Amino acid sequence: MPNKQEPLLKAVGLTKEFGFGRQKTLAVAGVDIELKEGEVITIVGESGSGKTTFAKMILGLIAPTGGEIYFQGQLRDISTYKKKLEYWKNIQAIFQDPYSAYNIFHKIDSVLMDCIRMRGGGNLPHKEKVKMMTEACSFVNLKFEELTNKYPFELSGGQMQRLMIARIFLLDPKILIADEITSMIDACSRATILDMLMELRDKIGMTVIFITHDVGLAYYVSDKVYIMEKGLFVESGTPDEVILHPKEPYTKRLISDVPKIYEEWDLSTV
Amino acid sequence: MKHTIREIFHSPKFLVGFSIFMFILLVVIFYPLFVTAEPLEIIGKGTFFEPGIYVNVYDGVNSKQYTLNLDDAAEKRIASKLGDQERLDMQEWLLSFGIPEEEIDIYDTEKLIELWENNYDRSIRFPGMTSARQKYFGRLNTSLAGLLSTEGIVLAAENQETGELESTGIIEQTNYLNVGQVANVRVLPLGTDNFGRDMLTELVSATGTSLKIGFIAGSIATMIGLTLGLLAGYIGGWVDDIIMFFTNLFTVIPSIVLLILISYSIGQEQRGAVTVAVVIGFTSWVWTTRAVRAQVISLRHRDHVNLSKLSGHSVGHIIVHDILPYIASYVVMAFILQISSGILAEAGLSILGLGPKTTDVPTLGLMMNWAMIYSAHIMGKWWAYFPVIVVIALVSFSMNLMNTGLDQVFNPALRE
Repeated sequence: MPNKQEPLLKAVGLTKEFGFGRQKTLAVAGVDIELKEGEVITIVGESGSGKTTFAKMILGLIAPTGGEIYFQGQLRDISTYKKKLEYWKNIQAIFQDPYSAYNIFHKIDSVLMDCIRMRGGGNLPHKEKVKMMTEACSFVNLKFEELTNKYPFELSGGQMQRLMIARIFLLDPKILIADEITSMIDACSRATILDMLMELRDKIGMTVIFITHDVGLAYYVSDKVYIMEKGLFVESGTPDEVILHPKEPYTKRLISDVPKIYEEWDLSTV
Repeated sequence: MKHTIREIFHSPKFLVGFSIFMFILLVVIFYPLFVTAEPLEIIGKGTFFEPGIYVNVYDGVNSKQYTLNLDDAAEKRIASKLGDQERLDMQEWLLSFGIPEEEIDIYDTEKLIELWENNYDRSIRFPGMTSARQKYFGRLNTSLAGLLSTEGIVLAAENQETGELESTGIIEQTNYLNVGQVANVRVLPLGTDNFGRDMLTELVSATGTSLKIGFIAGSIATMIGLTLGLLAGYIGGWVDDIIMFFTNLFTVIPSIVLLILISYSIGQEQRGAVTVAVVIGFTSWVWTTRAVRAQVISLRHRDHVNLSKLSGHSVGHIIVHDILPYIASYVVMAFILQISSGILAEAGLSILGLGPKTTDVPTLGLMMNWAMIYSAHIMGKWWAYFPVIVVIALVSFSMNLMNTGLDQVFNPALRE
């Protein structure tokens, strides 16, 4: 069991370069981050600031070109398929675009079934599996009976994203990376989805990394906010510190770019 | 899936291509059931018999004869031997011989023949006349013999005891026979080839073999291309580098050169149809590899692949379930094109004399090769090569049409 004081996940000098020679671009330029168990952090930045690259490195989907990631106090080792599988039992993600996140050839059952199998429930009787899937779906206000034999693309965007949360419900990971999960969803579904996610977080006590460009979201949900600019964290702290009293000009700009209904939106800074 | 298939069959282009292809396929399958003769059996003594209905003369003479009094019979008989061209040729000979032009009336058949019979001498060869021309006039002279006769032909048989000929019957000029009653009639819809083989039977068999070659070559090329493309695209890194090194190597060497070299080094005797198909398959996988790799690279960073990884699926599972279905339509189209180009490659190879060995099975390319060697195109024996060209074009056309149709279904941006 890892020490309580030990950060659950720690990244040191995490770097990712794309291309080489003249075309070399530094997507993530050596960032450090520490994540304690049960924390909710938000990484805010505009498009191209390296948020998603950072998230994918933490997830182990792309290999960093520099720096180290420590998971539960140990250097992360995902060199083999088995080790990756073990790592992914602990860390999961929800992606930005629900329309492209599902394999269009697979039915919803198989998406959820994969999660049960991953948690070692592959040999359970079919009834048991159906019970688990029904439970997961009802958690996100979906009816499993209506979803069986349906394909993901037959659902609405909000429903698909809820199904993703049902997936996390079944997988029960320690860390969840939510990469712009509400950016493709309309405003009404958005609140529902965030509510569900926070409810799930309270239920299974997981650590959540929100990746977003939405400063408002960052303010409401997170314990800690990181502002990312050109592959670097330029500012970090509690939401009150960072969003209400920003020091960096970049942060100020990000905040001023959010439209406010009660005052005129200053487009000159965009 | 069902929906896609229904949509495919609603595409007019695909339907037309598919119908042509199925028609060819059905003929190839069912024709041998009705005509059981060996496709390479030599039936004709001589080269390039014209398409037509061949009636056995012996059986015709011995079959029941009917008398029909038709007015234009004599006229037609003369016209078949003495057409406008022949009349002009005769005039030319007679002029060269020294007959004044006003004495020759080429439209008065009786006078012309009389003039000809009085003057023609086989041994005369005018200055500037080729020996072929001299022989032609000899043949013309022979064919004119008895043209104006109104007598019948006397049939005679040798008397076994005396050795003398005894008349057994007369075939009058008004005698007819019913083709349906003649014991031996052979229809040669496309005539015979240079070896005296029935062109149609040979063509159907050749089409079957060529389709088989195309199918084997296409399967091999698609399998290699798909496997290498998937590995290079999905795994990337040094695997990609090595695979792309060989792919680029094969891209810069024109595959026809490789085909020629490999076919030549295999040797005539060892080259069966299947061998040639395998050689074609092993030299034409390059473009499939490149295309599949490009598609896979664009797919491998998609979120559904990432999700599949996060769901604990192995590389094999991801390739089979998350990559292959997405490129399946593309691979099917590439496969169809590979079949069509395999057939064309065989034709190209055979026409150079490097196709399958000639004693085994006919292929479309070999038939072209034979027609070319025996100068069918120079002698105007169109039936020896034209039907072959039409079949090659139709197969190729139908497959490309199917491909375009599929492309439009899978790629809605291409629809009009």
